[in-house]
Amino acid sequence: MALPLPTPNADSRPYWDAAQQGRLVVQHCAACGTVQAVPRGCCGNCQSPALEWRDSALRGTVASFSVVHRGPTAAFRNSTPYVLALIDVAGGVRLMLNIIGPGPDEVQIGEEVEITFEPRGEAGFQMPQARRITA
Amino acid sequence: MTTRKQHTARITGVADTAMGELPGSTAMGLHAEATTAALKDAGLTAADIDGVLCGYSMTMPHLMLSSVFCEYYGLRPSFNTAIQAGGATACIMLANAVALVESGACRHVLCVTGDNRLTGMTRDGAVAALASVGHPEFEQPYGMSVPAAYALVAQAYLHQYGISRDELSAISVAARAHAALHPKAYKRDPLSLADVANSRVIASPLRLLDCCLISDGGAAVIVSAADAARDTRKPVRVLGSGQGHTHEHIMAAPSLTDFGCKTSSAMAFDQAGVTAAEIDVAEIYDSFTITLLTELESIGFFEKGEAGKAALAGDISLGGRLPVNTHGGLMSYGHSGAAGGAFHIVEAAHQLRGEADARQVAGAGLAFVHGDGGILSAHCSLVLGQE
Ligand SMILES: [Zn+2]
Repeated sequence: MALPLPTPNADSRPYWDAAQQGRLVVQHCAACGTVQAVPRGCCGNCQSPALEWRDSALRGTVASFSVVHRGPTAAFRNSTPYVLALIDVAGGVRLMLNIIGPGPDEVQIGEEVEITFEPRGEAGFQMPQARRITA
Repeated sequence: MTTRKQHTARITGVADTAMGELPGSTAMGLHAEATTAALKDAGLTAADIDGVLCGYSMTMPHLMLSSVFCEYYGLRPSFNTAIQAGGATACIMLANAVALVESGACRHVLCVTGDNRLTGMTRDGAVAALASVGHPEFEQPYGMSVPAAYALVAQAYLHQYGISRDELSAISVAARAHAALHPKAYKRDPLSLADVANSRVIASPLRLLDCCLISDGGAAVIVSAADAARDTRKPVRVLGSGQGHTHEHIMAAPSLTDFGCKTSSAMAFDQAGVTAAEIDVAEIYDSFTITLLTELESIGFFEKGEAGKAALAGDISLGGRLPVNTHGGLMSYGHSGAAGGAFHIVEAAHQLRGEADARQVAGAGLAFVHGDGGILSAHCSLVLGQE
């Protein structure tokens, strides 16, 4: 069973389109300067609709994580264990991502990660993900 | 904070159904059974009910669940609606019922909820349905389950306060010891710290026995206007209520260690004119060990990082400083969706009326009840008192 793909909507399409090009973009509010992760039609701080998309740095730190041994659906149950994490991206937003790559059992809060893109499904839809920076 | 006038509404009837694995039960049947029992408890009849608030059902999802129930049971109320706020549903239903009777819109409001979540769907089905609280684009595609989302909170908590495994496990063990004293509790077998520590990892650091149950069951609470409560059997006072809402999705939570329960409880205490230290018994939403730990501290019952130590020392057990979840909570009494949070209200009323049998907290005059929905997203607190 295949892992699920997001279904972009009018709010979020620029985010996912950018991901297909290897870019992570976030919404920046021209009125108050807030940056927000989940794309919206207005700023979640001042409600202004004056939002612009900006490229974010592809680095972040681990705010929290869990090694998941019991997935919520059949597709994820076939992928366990996997690391679910909240990543504070350098640009100022927090995203939920998986931490992929070696050493999932050594992940620590505060650790630096790089944002990468992982193809999913037959069409190779690029999912933003986090990868440990190993020496 | 502007102090609000103390509430005047009364809880006049409470009841819950049998708990656990109830083959042959249905969501509406559990609603009906709980309603009949709550009416009897109050000394009221169906004709006295002029307001109805329902929650939601996972085995019988419907756009108009309260209309479905009123048709099923034969009620034609003058106010009727359903409320959906996950684990906060029961407390928020009660807060709405209080507003309805205090505004004069209704005299007796029935709050009823129930689900046959254990036998009416598969465990995989329940886990998948619950995971739909995750953001469909930004959380669910990464494999977020509800336990995994709470695990993110637990990991951040452990990182900040460095508590031991036993301090977390003590929450489950305390709940089970209380459930052992309740003849209706779903899980009553003895539970040790080692049992919790050795249960399988669901999402690190949370193990199976850090997680609540899935059960069939239902509960009903009747809220009445002060004057309408006079001819009921044994009313309990609602003194204060409050809500706190900071986010829906855990990725958008403003903090991983402080949540809306801080605001909701401060509002409820302020309105009731009491402090946390005056509370005799607390019935607090305990979907996971970390949920209760975080809430006990955020609400102000214990210092940050101290609730686990307190649980280990027996402070939240019967006879301790603040007995918590004297029925066994969601961890051991039962968890039937929106009804899960209602069991806490039922138990608080039993405590205040001195009807909690072997679980009775001596001299319980003030009770605190709290529900939270989502991933510590929606919070509602209540302060209840003796008539
Ligand atoms: Zn703004």
